[in-house]
Amino acid sequence: MSDDLKDKHGTTGHSWDGIEELNTPLPRWWLYTFYICIVWGIIYTILYPAWPLVNRATGGILGYSSRAELAEQVAEVENANAGINQRLAEAELTQISADPELNQFAVSAGASVFQTWCAQCHGSGAAGAKGYPNLLDDDWLWGGSIEDIHYTVSHGIRNEEDFDARYSQMPAFGADELLEDEQIDAVVNYVMSLSGTPQDPALVEEGAVVFEENCAACHGEQALGDREQGAPNLADAIWLYGGDYAAIRETVENARFGVMPAWANRLSEAQIRAVASYVHQLGGGE
Amino acid sequence: MGILDKHKFLEKNATLLLAGSFFVVTIGGIVEIAPLFYLENTIEDVEGMRPYTPLELAGRDIYIREGCYVCHSQMIRPMRDEVERYGHYSLAAESKYDRPFQWGSKRTGPDLARVGGRYSDEWHVDHLTNPQSVVPESVMPKYGFLTDRMIEGEYISDEMGTHALLGVPYTAEMVENGQADFLAQANPDSDYDGLLERYGEDSVSVRNFDGEPGVSEMDALVAYLQMLGTLVDFSTFYPDDSR
Repeated sequence: MSDDLKDKHGTTGHSWDGIEELNTPLPRWWLYTFYICIVWGIIYTILYPAWPLVNRATGGILGYSSRAELAEQVAEVENANAGINQRLAEAELTQISADPELNQFAVSAGASVFQTWCAQCHGSGAAGAKGYPNLLDDDWLWGGSIEDIHYTVSHGIRNEEDFDARYSQMPAFGADELLEDEQIDAVVNYVMSLSGTPQDPALVEEGAVVFEENCAACHGEQALGDREQGAPNLADAIWLYGGDYAAIRETVENARFGVMPAWANRLSEAQIRAVASYVHQLGGGE
Repeated sequence: MGILDKHKFLEKNATLLLAGSFFVVTIGGIVEIAPLFYLENTIEDVEGMRPYTPLELAGRDIYIREGCYVCHSQMIRPMRDEVERYGHYSLAAESKYDRPFQWGSKRTGPDLARVGGRYSDEWHVDHLTNPQSVVPESVMPKYGFLTDRMIEGEYISDEMGTHALLGVPYTAEMVENGQADFLAQANPDSDYDGLLERYGEDSVSVRNFDGEPGVSEMDALVAYLQMLGTLVDFSTFYPDDSR
């Protein structure tokens, strides 16, 4: 067999201890693929940016640029939605839901805005987490009308970036020594009793006095909260940071300071209105 | 047949072969790498870039130590899906003070190039402590121990000096005040005017990032995360398509 090949292709002339090297040519298919690759490479560098010159690289005759391609794609999508986005941005907020076509667009566009920018805190189903409000229920800290939601999304809450951000700050009654330890204990018992958890009646009575003197100004005489200053309703058994003794005590002692970024800097007016419409129709919208 | 018959000579002299191989590889390097240092369209200077503050620099070290780059990239590519989700595509200049850069090549978690300002400090602390408490579907490990590891920044000036040696424009004043600036940034009750003066009033946030007393690794990491991608003002940036 080897003699046949030797006759056919000859040897390279190399010989090691009598072992000779056959001079078998490269397989044709491989060789031609190799040539095609070279030709392809040359054509490619002519069509696309490639060779470095003195100040710039050659641009390629197709003039391709990933940035330009992106700008084109973005413009295409923006143009396709320009009409309806403009309608959304200019519509009376309360009238969006009255226009079926606009409402459908706003809610579906808003859902994708929500999943991209809001779900990390409020949850992908908008049910919230400890410290991040549930957006599905009827309990609103700063108001649940479409205008209120729109304002909250645009300016955020207690952030440093927007002067119009919603702002309020509960005093840290324990950390700043505004209340005695026993007073805090009493007021926590009182607050827990408001939503129907049975507590020691004596402590509740004492706590009621502490509440009226220190808390009622913001949370209201009936502890129903005040949306003007984002003071939560304490009587509805809905808790942002937990409703057990330890969690409420922590709140009274050190206060809470939930922050939401302002989205007007990052999202367009149409996107903000879309996400406001989406949140408004989730169940709790007023 | 001429030169091809001479290769036996090259192959029999190991040193010559090595020198020849090196020469060929050098050509590849000169053609592919060297032009990037001088071609105008590969060097893009943008306004707003500043070196990391000492606290952010420490946060970056923690980011690297914990291997965050294994799951998180820091480079938004110029593609519509990425830009829609993460924001403006990354510019080379935005990582010019990164040594080493954190572009990454794997996204198990999302890209973090523009995570700064996107969430509250409290969210970052909650999320780093127990990611599943805010994102139930997350597979990220817990990093709550960072809150308990207090740091003083006693070596931060040395590190800044090293970065300065590599070309990061830390001034002698910045290096000298490294530890003071480090401590000031996490303490809103401190005298932080010097820090703002040195690094820029608009681009430095002074906050108690983790909400706990003292400076912990959590403070440093959150300070770093909260400034990522926030330095360049894209409302005044006009991209050059050929870059």
